[in-house]
Amino acid sequence: MSGEFAIIAALVLPLLICAGIWLAGRVPDLREGVTLVGAAALFFVAIVSAMKVSGGESPAISFGEAVPGLEFAFKAEPLGALFALVASGLWIVNSFYSIGYMRGNRERNQTRFYMCFAIALFGAMGVALSANLFTLFVFYEILTLSTYPLVAHKGDANAQRGARIYLMTLLGTSIGFLLVAVIWTGALAGSLDFVPGGLLQQAEGLTPVVASALLILFAFGVGKAALMPFHFWLPNAMVAPTPVSALLHAVAVVKAGVFTILKVAIYIFGEEILNATASREFILAVACFTIVVASLVAMTKDNLKARLAYSTVAQLAYVTCGAMLADPAGFMGGSLQIAAHAVGKITLFMCAGAIYVATGKQNISEMRGLGKRMPLIFIAFFIASLSIIGIPPLAGDWPKYELMQGAADADLDYVPYVLIVSSLLNIAYLLPIPILALMPPPGSGEPAAFKRPGGAPMLTVAAPCFTAILCFLMFFTVGPIADFLEPATGERLPSAYMTSGGQP
Amino acid sequence: MIDAVASLVPVNLAAHAPALLVVLPMMIAPIAALMPNGRIAWLLSILTTGASLVMACVLLSQVRSIEGGAVISYAMGGWTPDAGIEFRIDALNAMVLLLVSVIGFLAAIFSWPTVAAEIREAKRAMFYAAYLVCFTGLTGVASTGDAFNLFVFLEISSIATYVLVALGASRDRRALPAAGNYLLMGTIGASFFVVGVGFLYAATGTLNMAELAVRLEAVRDSKAVFAGYAFIFVGLGIKAAMFPLHQWLPNAYAYSPSFVTMFLAATATKVAIYALVRFLFTVFGLEFSFEGSTLIWVLMPMGIAAMIACSFQAVFQTDVRRTLAYSSVAQVGYMLLGVAIGTTAGVSAGMFHLGNHALIKGALFMALAGVVLTYQGTTLNDLKGLGRTSPWTMTAFAIGALSLIGIPLTAGFQSKFALVNALFEYGWWWAVAVVMFSSLLAVVYMGRILEAVFFRTPANPNKRHKEAPLLILVPLWVLAIANIWVGVQGGFVAGLADDAAAALFIGGGS
Amino acid sequence: MLEFVLDRGYYWAFFGLMMIGLYIAFASTNLIKRLIGLGLFQTSIILLYTSLSRIDGGTAPILFGADYPKAKAYSEDQAYETSEAGGSTIQSAYSAAESYGSSGVENIYSNPLPHVLMLTAIVVGVATLAVGLAIIVRIREAYGTVEADEIRAMDLEVAIAEAASDAEESKVGAA
Repeated sequence: MSGEFAIIAALVLPLLICAGIWLAGRVPDLREGVTLVGAAALFFVAIVSAMKVSGGESPAISFGEAVPGLEFAFKAEPLGALFALVASGLWIVNSFYSIGYMRGNRERNQTRFYMCFAIALFGAMGVALSANLFTLFVFYEILTLSTYPLVAHKGDANAQRGARIYLMTLLGTSIGFLLVAVIWTGALAGSLDFVPGGLLQQAEGLTPVVASALLILFAFGVGKAALMPFHFWLPNAMVAPTPVSALLHAVAVVKAGVFTILKVAIYIFGEEILNATASREFILAVACFTIVVASLVAMTKDNLKARLAYSTVAQLAYVTCGAMLADPAGFMGGSLQIAAHAVGKITLFMCAGAIYVATGKQNISEMRGLGKRMPLIFIAFFIASLSIIGIPPLAGDWPKYELMQGAADADLDYVPYVLIVSSLLNIAYLLPIPILALMPPPGSGEPAAFKRPGGAPMLTVAAPCFTAILCFLMFFTVGPIADFLEPATGERLPSAYMTSGGQP
Repeated sequence: MIDAVASLVPVNLAAHAPALLVVLPMMIAPIAALMPNGRIAWLLSILTTGASLVMACVLLSQVRSIEGGAVISYAMGGWTPDAGIEFRIDALNAMVLLLVSVIGFLAAIFSWPTVAAEIREAKRAMFYAAYLVCFTGLTGVASTGDAFNLFVFLEISSIATYVLVALGASRDRRALPAAGNYLLMGTIGASFFVVGVGFLYAATGTLNMAELAVRLEAVRDSKAVFAGYAFIFVGLGIKAAMFPLHQWLPNAYAYSPSFVTMFLAATATKVAIYALVRFLFTVFGLEFSFEGSTLIWVLMPMGIAAMIACSFQAVFQTDVRRTLAYSSVAQVGYMLLGVAIGTTAGVSAGMFHLGNHALIKGALFMALAGVVLTYQGTTLNDLKGLGRTSPWTMTAFAIGALSLIGIPLTAGFQSKFALVNALFEYGWWWAVAVVMFSSLLAVVYMGRILEAVFFRTPANPNKRHKEAPLLILVPLWVLAIANIWVGVQGGFVAGLADDAAAALFIGGGS
Repeated sequence: MLEFVLDRGYYWAFFGLMMIGLYIAFASTNLIKRLIGLGLFQTSIILLYTSLSRIDGGTAPILFGADYPKAKAYSEDQAYETSEAGGSTIQSAYSAAESYGSSGVENIYSNPLPHVLMLTAIVVGVATLAVGLAIIVRIREAYGTVEADEIRAMDLEVAIAEAASDAEESKVGAA
């Protein structure tokens, strides 16, 4: 399979899957089978693409111009291939989970659900493989529009309100800021392509003021990256069923957002220009602010999904922070965070969903002692929490490490402190949940009863356990991943020693 | 494809295409009025507008046959331009003529179910006659090269329009004061225009627009010429619904028969904008408009005011047709903003948006006509839940709405992108902010409609499932698919717009 | 200054009429009076144009005197030539008229073109008036009045009633 074919397949497969789901809508098992087989095929294609990229190729394909100057072009490069792998791989896991959850909860409109999922993955693949800002913007919007019915799935007033806020915020930021930034970039540089080293190097008339304004427009225009103050769509979107929250808000949607920021930082601005841009430090400060404040807010939330949502906001800001550090270690940290956080967060959300299906409980205060009844869920939750906190030997450790290294390289003293404080806050809002559930203090009373006979469906337990194990395994595979990403993020300074996976 | 259609016409007919395009509907109109049956009149109008469409294709292929755009000069009756009236077709007219005839043709096809439902039987034949007269007037405005002749055709189309709007009285009597108001303002506008032409004639001695352009060079500084410019500007501004001269539009669009609204929204203001552009750039020339600073101090602020004020007003309407009417005025603001930039890129973006907007509003109002037919109401409440009961109509409506908002892969996105690009190149950052802000307002008012249609349950559970008839659905989907096609492969329309802008700037401009 | 005003007295008259017409059109509440104002407005424009046609020392644009024999002689020559080729008198008149453009005339004539244009404009005005009056007749049938403020009051009542029923429906729908 050639690289170009892999790209075409990656784009066409989700659409075929969507059509297959529609056709098989009457036969639930067949319908779910289409999703699973299709997701597996997509993952295979993503692996092929990644292998091509790691072999040094960069397959590219262009589908012609919409209008002269605006091309639908796709290209596989390390960052995009990583995102495609993460999204497609976790789609498989999440599909298993969805089957268990949707059937366990007897949700309606399941065909529409799975179809929109497929289209959302189409959008994610397009974002991952885009070769220029125009294509990225188009698929970014496709992602927004296709996830709107998913957020509004339940159909009641609350869901509609949440979905409306979701759509308005994302469309508002993308049309109001991101589109302006894209067109401005095109006007400055004469093209919209992602260029290693930065597209804006070719721009004439790039004054520091213009670059600063452009960076601000990009940073706030990518609403999916949930940078404060445009983060509120994320907690509001928690009205969606948990599989939606799990995949889209822990993996595809928000990851597309921070992925966009990384690509803009690396391929549009480039390290050099980014370092010279005045507003970079401002955005970095906003990202650090987001990290701390979102973690603080998370501590105040009793609703589990709300707490996880704010945790996501904070964790996403890590990637923005990494991008704004504007050095290879920072970029590497941000990229690794995409993968590590994805695996960790999806575990947490799936656990939350399993608890809901089994007991109907959504608030943490009601989950004391529940670990006796659902030990596997809470152990998986515990492992994923450790990963998010950043404790070795779990995946979340490496991004934090790289970010600190990047901060040191950039001579920014306050960033490591922010990261440390964030880890402490993570401990504070994440660890009590599994610990109080597995080892409740004496006198806590009876744990909540199962509302569903038999507890959580088997699939909804197996999936998070699988991803928790992944968190653990990823720790050891970080070396190859870092090598894979290095052509994109740049050579890190000699003090980095991760490539060999050895000790200092 | 255009050339393929054009080649169907025998050569000796093709030589008279400019005249035939305008005169055929004019001649068929009285015949249609005499028909005993509305249906025959309907078929006649389809045939006539179809023939005009073919002629428009002929003209377009003739214009495009020469690199850089040919100019077809057709002397009516064989009288040379200094003595007689000339029909002058260049890339700009050809685009507008194609647009008007395509919309006219599709509108004619879809009209029957709505006309059968909304117009009394005795009047249907005359309704179609009035429609053909209106069509004549619009195509005549777009074809003629003589300033006074433009006034005549403008009034021909306008008077027919007043009649058409007033015929909405069988549904809602408020159509009558609306038509009366429209008549008043429209006549004042056309009269201002003719005063302006009078001043120009007094200063130069000719009415031929090409000749005027030449002779005006010498008398540029004369106060009479400037007064003429001002009168023409205001007169055409009223016709084009330029803010704040747009007050006639919302009522006229809201209460007229649905078919009339669709046709007017997609063509009437466009043709007036064409006339304005023609006078600003061809007759008066770019330097005059710049010297007088009209572009920067009048056209641009009016465009921006239109975008903001009317987008806001659109948000506060309960009736969907009024929302779309205010939205139309806002979109006219976009076009005028593009024209006000004064560069080839800007005018091209303005013309691109002109073409796309016709497709967008055509689709939206056609879908609404289908709704009116089956559900008799157009408030937000009436539209609730229609996504489930009439999916085909409402999906096309959704495509038009997304295009209006400017979602990628639709026509509206392409023209907004081109406009913002042109604004950036020219350095008007604040205008970019205004364009984006009004786009956000469009998200609000269209998003509300889409949400009601697709995500709410019907307010009245007794409303039965009923899709619009095929006669409406087919032209509707042609327009909806055109929206997507231009969004994905916008080269054809963008090329037309570029050629049009280039034709205006021959020998000058950036 | 006074000379300036008096010299252009007729322009003052035309624009005075125009403004009076416009004022009547805007300020009247009676719809028929509005149409009358419009008609006044259009008439002033017609007068403006006709004034343009007047040339100092010019007379009605009908060939006479020195120009007439020239035309006859010329057309006789032409007729002689073209009749041999099978031409008609219409064609000769045409070529005679053409020749005036190039050869000039002895007498001064007023310009006939604006008159012709204004004939068209009069027709347009009449058509507009007719349609306007027809609409007013229908308004009278539908509303019972031709006063604009009463019509607006009636429309406002209807609009308020509509808004109220709309609000009720939306409450019902949400409930």
